[in-house]
Amino acid sequence: MFGEYQGVAVIALMGLATYATRAGGFWLIQRMRPSRFLEVWLGQIPGAVFAALCAPLVLNSGPAGWIAGLLTLAVARLSGNFLAAMATGVAAIALLRLM
Amino acid sequence: MSETNSTPVLFTRAGIAAGALRTLPVATGGLAFGVFYGFLAGQNGLTLLETALMSAWVFAGASQFLSVELWGDPLPVGALIATVLVINARHILMGATLGPWLKHIPPWKAYGSLYFMTDESWGLSVADIRNGGRDAAFLLGSGLTLFLFWNTGTILGRIFGEMLPDLNRYGIDFLGTAFFVALLAGFWRGRGDLIPWIVAAAVALVMERYVPGTWYILGGALAGSLVGALRHVR
Repeated sequence: MFGEYQGVAVIALMGLATYATRAGGFWLIQRMRPSRFLEVWLGQIPGAVFAALCAPLVLNSGPAGWIAGLLTLAVARLSGNFLAAMATGVAAIALLRLM
Repeated sequence: MSETNSTPVLFTRAGIAAGALRTLPVATGGLAFGVFYGFLAGQNGLTLLETALMSAWVFAGASQFLSVELWGDPLPVGALIATVLVINARHILMGATLGPWLKHIPPWKAYGSLYFMTDESWGLSVADIRNGGRDAAFLLGSGLTLFLFWNTGTILGRIFGEMLPDLNRYGIDFLGTAFFVALLAGFWRGRGDLIPWIVAAAVALVMERYVPGTWYILGGALAGSLVGALRHVR
């Protein structure tokens, strides 16, 4: 309809929309003085984002994923080693799928 | 937070290197996902130019995977742009939390670094801020590393995708989940986090089931963080 570069044009718009979300939060926070509540709230966001992201991600990956997710969490908490936690999760799911 | 820290915020090459080094393990996973994305893009009819341009210019995994699924003839232009906006709306909250670093460096460096901000580089950066890190270039180093691996993977996947064996059997598909779970564990600060996290997870699970798209991340995060803030401030 818009020629062979329609896809490229749509991707250009998608990129602009994405950059607006990346830059927008910092732009806004500079233009309003954060209240005590806002500061506490922002501090709570990272954990909440990953809890919201992980819950369906783990639950939807089936029983093997539930066990591997729990093992990843346990190793991350106990050892504090990021790489070891990830390796444990991937190894666990690979083994569980073989069973 | 670290606002009370009087050490000045820097933007150095050492910071870029530190961010890059910290990101290498997950960037390897990003390469694998990039290959998968490139393969899927080819399957759904995107040209090499379109596939590569999307990874370089949109550079947001979840929205790219969904866009490629929606891709067709005629192109659903409105749906594509709206979907990308909705999925990436979480960046607005994320960018705001980087204020303790970004407001102390020149705007062009701040807005330049933000171009490369992803879930992964943001998560590692927020963790570094919380640990007293005062070099804002960490965000850029982390983002650039992911950018390099993601785009390399994309092009490899688009060109060589057809010859790939089934990697999922070896658990590589779980790498992303394992990464986010490990990252979540790092944000645990004590039992006060339990209720906000349960609220976030519960709202996300319900929304993921009943609300189309990926609003569930934003919905769960807002609900959980607001509950946490209300409990904390009162």
